[in-house]
Amino acid sequence: MPAARAASARFMHLHQPNTAGDGLSGPAVPLQDITKDQTERSDGTRFCIMNLHPGGHRLGMTMAEKILARASGRANVRPGEHVTAAVDLALTHDIFAADLFDLLSDSGFTCPWDASKVVVVLDHLVPAPTVVAATVHRRIREHVRRMGIVHFYDAGAGICHQLLPERGHVRPGMLIVGTDSHTTTHGALGAAGTGIGTSEMAYVLATGRLWFRVPETVRFILHGRLRRPVAAKDVVLSIAGRFGADVAQYRAIEFAGPGVAELTVAGRLSVSNMAVEIGAKFGFFPADAKTATYLQARTGAVVAPFGPDPDATYAATHEIDLDALAPQVALPHTVDNVRPVSEVAGIAVDQAFIGSCTNGRLEDLEQAAEILRGRHISTGTRLVVVPASAEILREAERCGVLATLVDAGAIILPPGCGPCFGGHQGLLGPGERCIGTHNRNFQGRMGSPEAEIYLGSPATVAVSALFGRITDPRRVLVA
Amino acid sequence: MRVINGRVWKVGDSISTDLLSPGAYAYAPLEVRRQHVLETVHPRFAREARPGDVLVAGRNFGCGSSRESAPENLKALGIAAVVAESFARIFLRNAIAIGLVAVTCPGIGAIVEEGDPLDLDLEAFSVTNVRTGASLPVHPLSSEMREILEHGGILAVLKALGSRSR
Ligand code: SF4
Repeated sequence: MPAARAASARFMHLHQPNTAGDGLSGPAVPLQDITKDQTERSDGTRFCIMNLHPGGHRLGMTMAEKILARASGRANVRPGEHVTAAVDLALTHDIFAADLFDLLSDSGFTCPWDASKVVVVLDHLVPAPTVVAATVHRRIREHVRRMGIVHFYDAGAGICHQLLPERGHVRPGMLIVGTDSHTTTHGALGAAGTGIGTSEMAYVLATGRLWFRVPETVRFILHGRLRRPVAAKDVVLSIAGRFGADVAQYRAIEFAGPGVAELTVAGRLSVSNMAVEIGAKFGFFPADAKTATYLQARTGAVVAPFGPDPDATYAATHEIDLDALAPQVALPHTVDNVRPVSEVAGIAVDQAFIGSCTNGRLEDLEQAAEILRGRHISTGTRLVVVPASAEILREAERCGVLATLVDAGAIILPPGCGPCFGGHQGLLGPGERCIGTHNRNFQGRMGSPEAEIYLGSPATVAVSALFGRITDPRRVLVA
Repeated sequence: MRVINGRVWKVGDSISTDLLSPGAYAYAPLEVRRQHVLETVHPRFAREARPGDVLVAGRNFGCGSSRESAPENLKALGIAAVVAESFARIFLRNAIAIGLVAVTCPGIGAIVEEGDPLDLDLEAFSVTNVRTGASLPVHPLSSEMREILEHGGILAVLKALGSRSR
């Protein structure tokens, strides 16, 4: 078959990163060099000394450009170029893992290129709600054993996008691909995380590499600080509402400005998680002192700051005033159909959902508990709470948050995706309405296509459960 | 590459992967999954689409999850190409990766109606409404994408690598 031979010849360089005859890729620079290799300027800002033009003339690069340059062994890359880059971490979960490993085997590869760089998580349908799911889970466990995959999280450990940061798999500067669109989450820690499909992931698992188009970057400069109960979720919802669901189509996003330091790591994870909802390939925060503190506790490693060059070029820059922000709600059936909660207050809800890789973290559950302490949710409204990981569940139990939520009438589900994607555990019937802290309100996402999904912050969802109607959290919590 | 000639099906903006491949059928076989494509917004589509038809879509087509079943379901219905005002990034990559032609064509919605015969020229990167004669350029595909499409998907490329490395 000459066609197949032509293909293998063309793509063969992926197997031989050191013989970059195609002019596209050289040896990937080890990850540590991108974060260590920095020099401080007199004004205290840092720049990456790798980033030198062949003539010695330095070109400013965005975070996406730095990471793709490093991973493809290039001194510089520019938006619009295509590169073949070495992947630092590959993530997959129970919806796709079984088929993925079958594709890999069928293509003639018995194990991943580097079994230590693959993370497999059972999180979407856990514990298995059907015999089919249980059978798929069994197949995944067998594949994992056979392929010698080191990092495997079985049912109950938590959602992949919580486990990756929490268990210390993520470091600034990494290139991470996942068979999940919300892999952008890891941009919160300065990593280039992005979603791909199973066929492309089979290619990554076989070769350790994948082609990428270097994206333009859109920058959002955050000013001021959030006034509680306004939350990081409200920031990203308001951006979706103001700029539209495709403002960052094929582009990377960088958050910058003095407001970044005001956001917690959990808040940044929420924002980067939803970067994909405005089309983004990556959703970056610079790695700063807060990132370093978080990662040191998780990895034991000392993490250098990592961010864009000050003279990097952006496709667009938008200013966001955190002080002026009100709680926001996305209305059915698109994430950019956003209004301030005050404009939709009073709409009755059948179900409230607090959880998901967007907002199932400890500070989210704490925020809900603060609102619901000593109170009970409205009769006729169900409150479903799903901690994003076993560690969060344990912490929530230890600090009394769990008991407060149970006393208020919440149903606590095991760590995992819960009803977020419509697989199980709290689906909606026709004509029902849900307000949730998750990231998507597409028609049919959580059960019946005739159901409606609204999205809000943990505070907005908790207070809406309390009154059985969409309610402004400032009614209960005043900053 | 080649010219695709097909009858047009038309959908609007922000068609999500949940509409193309509902989560409830995540583990269902392809024959079942393809029956539910777009059932919420265009119930006739999955029943009446014929091999060789072309799907014309609005902005942000395929937004949402990384599920490859979204383009796979369209391919299983025999859809020859998706022409959209714009695509969500992962859908576009996935379509190409499984060998489904997907091209971006700003303005396409204004020049075609459902049922129109459409010519998509993948050499000249243009579309023409055969009924009206209206024509528009489409965004060229990168060399990687063309290469993958020509071989029917990235797995064909991978299999060639796999058999070489054995
Ligand atoms: S919590 Fe929801 S969005 Fe996040 S990985 Fe699970 S299903 Fe996807």
